[in-house]
Amino acid sequence: MRFYEYEAKALFRRHGLPLGKSQLIEGPEQARTAFSALGGGPVVLKSQVLSGGRMKAGAVRFADDAAAAEAAAAAIFPIRVNDQACRSILVEEKTQVEKEYFVAITWDGRAKRPVCVFSDMGGIDIEEVALSHPEHVSKTHFSTIVPLMPHVAKQAVAATGVTGSDLNKLAPIVFELMKIFLAYDLTLAEINPLAKLADGRFIVLDGHIDLEAEARGQHKKLLADLGIGDDETRQARPPTAFELAGVRVNSADHRGVAGNVVEFDGNLGLVIGAGGGSLTLFDAVRKHGGQPANYCEIGGNPSMSKAKELTKLILSKPGVEKIAVMMNVVSNTRVDIVARGVIKGCLEAGKDPAETIAIFRIPGAWEEEGFKILKKYGVDFCDRSVSMYDAAGRAVAKLRK
Amino acid sequence: MPGTFIDVRVDASVARDPEIAKKLEEICPVSIFAAEPSGVRIVEENLDECVLCDLCLPAAPAGKIQIVKLYE
Repeated sequence: MRFYEYEAKALFRRHGLPLGKSQLIEGPEQARTAFSALGGGPVVLKSQVLSGGRMKAGAVRFADDAAAAEAAAAAIFPIRVNDQACRSILVEEKTQVEKEYFVAITWDGRAKRPVCVFSDMGGIDIEEVALSHPEHVSKTHFSTIVPLMPHVAKQAVAATGVTGSDLNKLAPIVFELMKIFLAYDLTLAEINPLAKLADGRFIVLDGHIDLEAEARGQHKKLLADLGIGDDETRQARPPTAFELAGVRVNSADHRGVAGNVVEFDGNLGLVIGAGGGSLTLFDAVRKHGGQPANYCEIGGNPSMSKAKELTKLILSKPGVEKIAVMMNVVSNTRVDIVARGVIKGCLEAGKDPAETIAIFRIPGAWEEEGFKILKKYGVDFCDRSVSMYDAAGRAVAKLRK
Repeated sequence: MPGTFIDVRVDASVARDPEIAKKLEEICPVSIFAAEPSGVRIVEENLDECVLCDLCLPAAPAGKIQIVKLYE
């Protein structure tokens, strides 16, 4: 889940990272007060949205006096950036920047370790820098097991050629960002730009934080301190009506999980899950050229009615021709209960399960009982001898017929 | 009316026993039985939730409760 810039900066401030003076305003009329409170010098006003592209959209503006600040705020509030409404505006003192740096900590899925990406060419698209000036980008992996040491951060900075006092001032900032990343189960902790000012100080000009959604429960206090409510999903875009219906299906019954529904434009509905199985299966469908209508996660032994309601929801989506019901090998989810749910969902949606369920591939607990049910209704099913990848291929092939 | 997959039948000789009805209501994890003054009532909308745990079988005299898998 994403944090707004002002929330990311509040977290940075707690950890002593250097920040400029700022004030958050909820309406244009507060801009004058904020301008005065920040010392009456030039300010920058930044729309608080969960999206990039603010500058291009005109949602970042500069002002040299109070009247200009109010006018800028009035202009920014109505602007939607990538369909995101402005929540508030962060008014910050404008600084004299001498040089900009980039630092981000994220997960390297292949290395299965966090990686620190540092560049002495900040403020611009890091992918572009990595392509055009690879010598200005360092990638430094670190451990989640061995205690993190400051020299790792120093190596990351030094690898781009930064030396002397700049190195000594930057390394502690990067080290602190690494610690924040680990302490709060983040998937991204980014500062861009990290600015060197004309007077030699370094400050965070913009920050980006993504918290692992599954870790919300472990960081309730932080979220409460930042004023982030339980109902704020903080996804990249607002949830669709279909996705909200998925939330209702999941929350209507405490038994198991049948949720995390994400809407896509395809014609193959997916009832998928099991310990990472959802992502694997979604990718497998795509790899075979299939077009998923949705992503979802089922597991933890959902009740028959929960599986049924999820199935009905997916089948109600315009354009969905068939569904694929696939999971990894399950131990804590009953195959027969899910089989009952998806078949009953088809029946209640007025569809023939044999025609509608392209493939049922859930091996595991109570599979013999499940397979009896599937046979009775003529549903094509397979056991664990068919891989998830091949099962996805069979489902996609049926849609092509 | 039975469920789509499962039917549960209570023999008429025990169906009006309020004690057995109470036991059945307490023991079923998916609320298939409801204890009423007139005896046990089968909650039809929950029949397909049956997890085949068989906990209801010893709550009544032997053979008086039957769980029927309609897919067999």
